[in-house]
Amino acid sequence: MSQAPFARRLLTVAAIEALGAYRVLRVADPDAPQPQPGQFAMLAAAERWGGGEDERPYLPRAFSIARHAGGESHFLLEDVGPGTRRLSELRAGDRMWALGPLGQGFTPPGEGRRAILLGGGVGIAPLAILQDELQVSTTVLLGFRDRAHAQGAALLDGARLATDDGSSGHHGLVTELLAADLERDPHAVVYACGPPAMLEVVRALCAEHGTPAQLALEAGMACGFGACFGCVVPARGGGYLRVCLDGPVIDAAELERVEEPGAYGPEGRAGAGAESPTEPGAGRAR
Amino acid sequence: MSIDFCGLRLAHPVINGSGTFDALAAERAFGESLCEAFPFAAFVSKTITLEPREGNPPPRLWEAPAGLINSIGLPNKGLDGYLSEELPRLAELLARAGARQGQPLALITNVMGSTAEELSRLVEACDLRAEIAGVELNLSCPNVKTGLDIGADPGQLGEVLQAVRAHTGKPLIVKLTPNTADVPACAQAAQDAGADAVSLINTLRAMALAPRASAGARRPWLGGGSGGLSGPAIRTVALAQVAAVAERVSIPVVGMGGVQTAAHARGLLDAGATLVAVGTESFRDPAAARAIARELAPPGTPG
Repeated sequence: MSQAPFARRLLTVAAIEALGAYRVLRVADPDAPQPQPGQFAMLAAAERWGGGEDERPYLPRAFSIARHAGGESHFLLEDVGPGTRRLSELRAGDRMWALGPLGQGFTPPGEGRRAILLGGGVGIAPLAILQDELQVSTTVLLGFRDRAHAQGAALLDGARLATDDGSSGHHGLVTELLAADLERDPHAVVYACGPPAMLEVVRALCAEHGTPAQLALEAGMACGFGACFGCVVPARGGGYLRVCLDGPVIDAAELERVEEPGAYGPEGRAGAGAESPTEPGAGRAR
Repeated sequence: MSIDFCGLRLAHPVINGSGTFDALAAERAFGESLCEAFPFAAFVSKTITLEPREGNPPPRLWEAPAGLINSIGLPNKGLDGYLSEELPRLAELLARAGARQGQPLALITNVMGSTAEELSRLVEACDLRAEIAGVELNLSCPNVKTGLDIGADPGQLGEVLQAVRAHTGKPLIVKLTPNTADVPACAQAAQDAGADAVSLINTLRAMALAPRASAGARRPWLGGGSGGLSGPAIRTVALAQVAAVAERVSIPVVGMGGVQTAAHARGLLDAGATLVAVGTESFRDPAAARAIARELAPPGTPG
């Protein structure tokens, strides 16, 4: 795992680009340590962070690092709450804070196993940098709610799609594609990030086929570095794991099941796995 | 600038609020860079209880207007786990960080118990360990009989503290709850019963309801039901309570509540605090306390 410098970095937005229903936030971040795929950063706008409707956002938001190349860090945004809205309004030249890379990322598949990358909605973000860095060919299965969101698939190469409304690819859940794939050949490692309900299906399917799975979780998170104890998920066998410190990528075998994460507001479900605040309805994209 | 706090020499007046900074976790996240720029002049542990606690079921956080409501539930390994697993590592980390800063960093252990007996056992165990420089008492624990927080009633607070005081000669700091009618009276009771210092304010009791559109609509959002409010939202409350307490007692006061900048810290110092603690702001910026301490230092002081 790459360790973060013990300081927020004041960064400048290089560009913000529309990608269907999402935006890709590109930030000049030359001093960032090279992140491990699956690691995340805590982001906040340097100006007008707080003071909005209901005096939110106040806390930074956790986002998977979608790419880090050429001195830039890339993040995938979906405007679902006061934090993501403010970040979505940033323009080239605006300043923002970033802390990271944080957390435990994905680990490469063992000898001879193929990699299946499975993402739902904005949860595809950490799979992009993972695909960049994996030295093996990958099967990419991505689920979205509709055509506008499915345009996010451009972040990865060679994706097979599923949409809730059937407007792109398979009409149904992306986990149905996974089930068929594992049926053919379970000798793989599944790397998954997306809504909890999707991850729970992935966990159960992989357990059934004896296929290892690494799940990037999201959880309500105030700090991102183990200080607040707010982002916990129940561990198999009792107790809790801190998603920020023990995750966000957690071996599926360490979880009894994937549950709805703790959150800090109706729109403020911070998620290290994908983006920080996700909307309540994001669970449909699977 | 060196500060005397209950006989401990601190390089500057900024420490952390208990439970707002996990130094061992931060070392995992930030590595050696944490030691190079350790932000606090003394480190206060999270609350330790006799028995291990898992903490409250999630959700544990709610972002409030200019603040945060938490219902964490004091997860910790229990006294034995703390003493055998965490304390040696914490002490080693603080020694390393202190060496990098050119001054020792005192470790203050925060403990909570529901009776004088429990608290006495905790304090006595801390007294026996050389790594621990001082003890802070978290008295925001309900009395099993009355249901009232021990620290919320001056009479009860004084009684418990008198019993506990006998078990250590180390600095004993009483963390005062803001959720009571007369905070200065509680501070007075602490002083009269032998406290070396008081610290305030703890979080304000607060609640958030689940969104009306969600499954748990109209019920409390937090897994623990209610929680504690911290952050800028409580800064002015903290200032009022710190000023009132500093006026009443002669022992040192550790002021905290919504400190984000050196100006906020100066406000608490001007109101009579000897030290200030940074809490929730560390969640937003882990090195916030360092910047505050540097700005408080007179010009020309090595940072």
